[in-house]
Amino acid sequence: MIIDAAAVGYRELNEILAKGPGKYEIKNCLGQRFIGAGTDGKEIRIEGIPGNALGAYLNGSSIYVGGNAQDAVGDTMNDGKIIVNGNIGDAAGYAMRGGEIFVKGNAGYRAGIHMKEYKSKIPVMVIGGGTGSFLGEYQAGGIILVLGLNAPKIVGNFPCTGMHGGKVYLRTSGKDIVFPPQVSFHLSDGAERAEIGRLVERYCGYFGGDVKKIMDADFITVRPNSGNPYKQMYVSN
Amino acid sequence: MKKEGQIRIPSGCAVSAVISREGKRMTGEKIIQSMVPMHDRSNGLGGGFAVYGIYPEYKEFYALHLFFDDNRAKSECETILKEGFEIVKSELIPTRKIPAITDEPLIWRYFVAPLKSVLASLQLDDKEYVARVVMRINSEVRGAYVFSSGKNMGAFKAVGYPEDVGEFYRLEEYEGYCWTAHGRYPTNTPGWWGGAHPFALLDYSVVHNGEISSYDANRRFIEMFGYKCTLQTDTEVITYIMDYLLRKQKLTLKESASVIAAPFWSTIARKPEEERKKLTFLRAVYSGLLITGPFSVILGFEGGLMALNDRLKLRSMVVGEKDDKVYIASEEAAIRTMEPNVENVYAPSGGEPVIVRVKEGAL
Repeated sequence: MIIDAAAVGYRELNEILAKGPGKYEIKNCLGQRFIGAGTDGKEIRIEGIPGNALGAYLNGSSIYVGGNAQDAVGDTMNDGKIIVNGNIGDAAGYAMRGGEIFVKGNAGYRAGIHMKEYKSKIPVMVIGGGTGSFLGEYQAGGIILVLGLNAPKIVGNFPCTGMHGGKVYLRTSGKDIVFPPQVSFHLSDGAERAEIGRLVERYCGYFGGDVKKIMDADFITVRPNSGNPYKQMYVSN
Repeated sequence: MKKEGQIRIPSGCAVSAVISREGKRMTGEKIIQSMVPMHDRSNGLGGGFAVYGIYPEYKEFYALHLFFDDNRAKSECETILKEGFEIVKSELIPTRKIPAITDEPLIWRYFVAPLKSVLASLQLDDKEYVARVVMRINSEVRGAYVFSSGKNMGAFKAVGYPEDVGEFYRLEEYEGYCWTAHGRYPTNTPGWWGGAHPFALLDYSVVHNGEISSYDANRRFIEMFGYKCTLQTDTEVITYIMDYLLRKQKLTLKESASVIAAPFWSTIARKPEEERKKLTFLRAVYSGLLITGPFSVILGFEGGLMALNDRLKLRSMVVGEKDDKVYIASEEAAIRTMEPNVENVYAPSGGEPVIVRVKEGAL
């Protein structure tokens, strides 16, 4: 089903999308918020600029964006995937607890803030370009991979501040990046590089690119220093 | 209605701007349209626009835009104006009656020039005199409020959604080389006409999305220098801070950005020596003017604009360009409303000022 979103408000648009399972193509999208929020079983392709909170609480649907997306993509998403063939705004994957976000270009500030995981529910976010400051802030779980392709800087200031779970992979040797004392990094080992390689293959599958060339570089794995790096900081635990 | 101090409203906002680097003048239609996709960022309690280059026939005169509650306030205010100014023209600002905008005050504009004899006897330059008269009217004349006081520019604001405010003020009939716009979602103060954005003093205008947590520290500092914050609104204090840093302290725009959105000490420590010294100096001397809490602001001034996010970047802001024009907005959708084929879209970092000037000689 093709939806011409010109002059259609976000409520109306989401009511159409909520009606049933199926494939939707949204044309002339311009700022409508919450697209596909909470849905499962749908395939939504968007031409234009979707508004904030694209795919919030997403529960299994697939969303493809032809260009850029705004702030809070995949806020608290539980399952499904969001593929953005451009850049995304701030706070992407906020409190994400499952599913996947793939971004061809850059992410804004606070990508992956407070991502979490539980048993088999491990969210994944792959960013092809660079990110703003506070990447993986308060990260509690999940996997963030940043490739830094065509970006002057792979991450901004204060990456992984407050991180206490999960892992961040960065395509860099890490020597110019200042991390907080509660996290540490090492050059990614064989098993980690294999995991990165599988994600890079999928990235190139969505957006093109040479897997070998991308993998021909140092990667680092950033993790919290211990299972409880903030022990006794707030409560005696 | 309850005014500032009598009520606190707990709770976003929308900002948008366009400037022609060639100084080409544009009507208000596109900037009004840009606020439509961001409608839900406002709640109908305030909208407004600032525009530069709109009064070329009166460009030598200060254009004072005023709200009056009643004719008493108007005549009291005019008495003050006649003491110090030559008034070359006074008129009602043309508006259009629309259902969405109600309870309007009396809205007047005056084109004025300070009397040379008055400036000589007070030993003040004309800008300082105008600023003082604005402070005096806004703090002393009950029911009168100067909401715009620059040359060849004007602020237009009201209670309502920005799209409606633009229609109310007939902004499609004005042409300027730079426009800024704001949709308000008031957080701490009730929405009334004076409290809508932009806030303006002389040729500086500020639209702001955010809620600064340093308001009172900033207010106490700035009030030492003759500014009077009458509205308890954080944007008012930002406007006065910019006037103080730029006009009185003669800082550059970049320096003023390093004052209000100063980098963290840990970030300063990693800078090259020269820059480190300068940033340390600015943070130390103007510590009372560090603005903390979320903000994205667009400062308009004669011949240009500056957009700035707080250092933590707790609010969104996107910049793009096409031909001679630069676009800035809270959301990319707003920019694409103005220019569907916008290029080089990016989000500036927190504390990184985006400064755009009309090229020399174009105005």
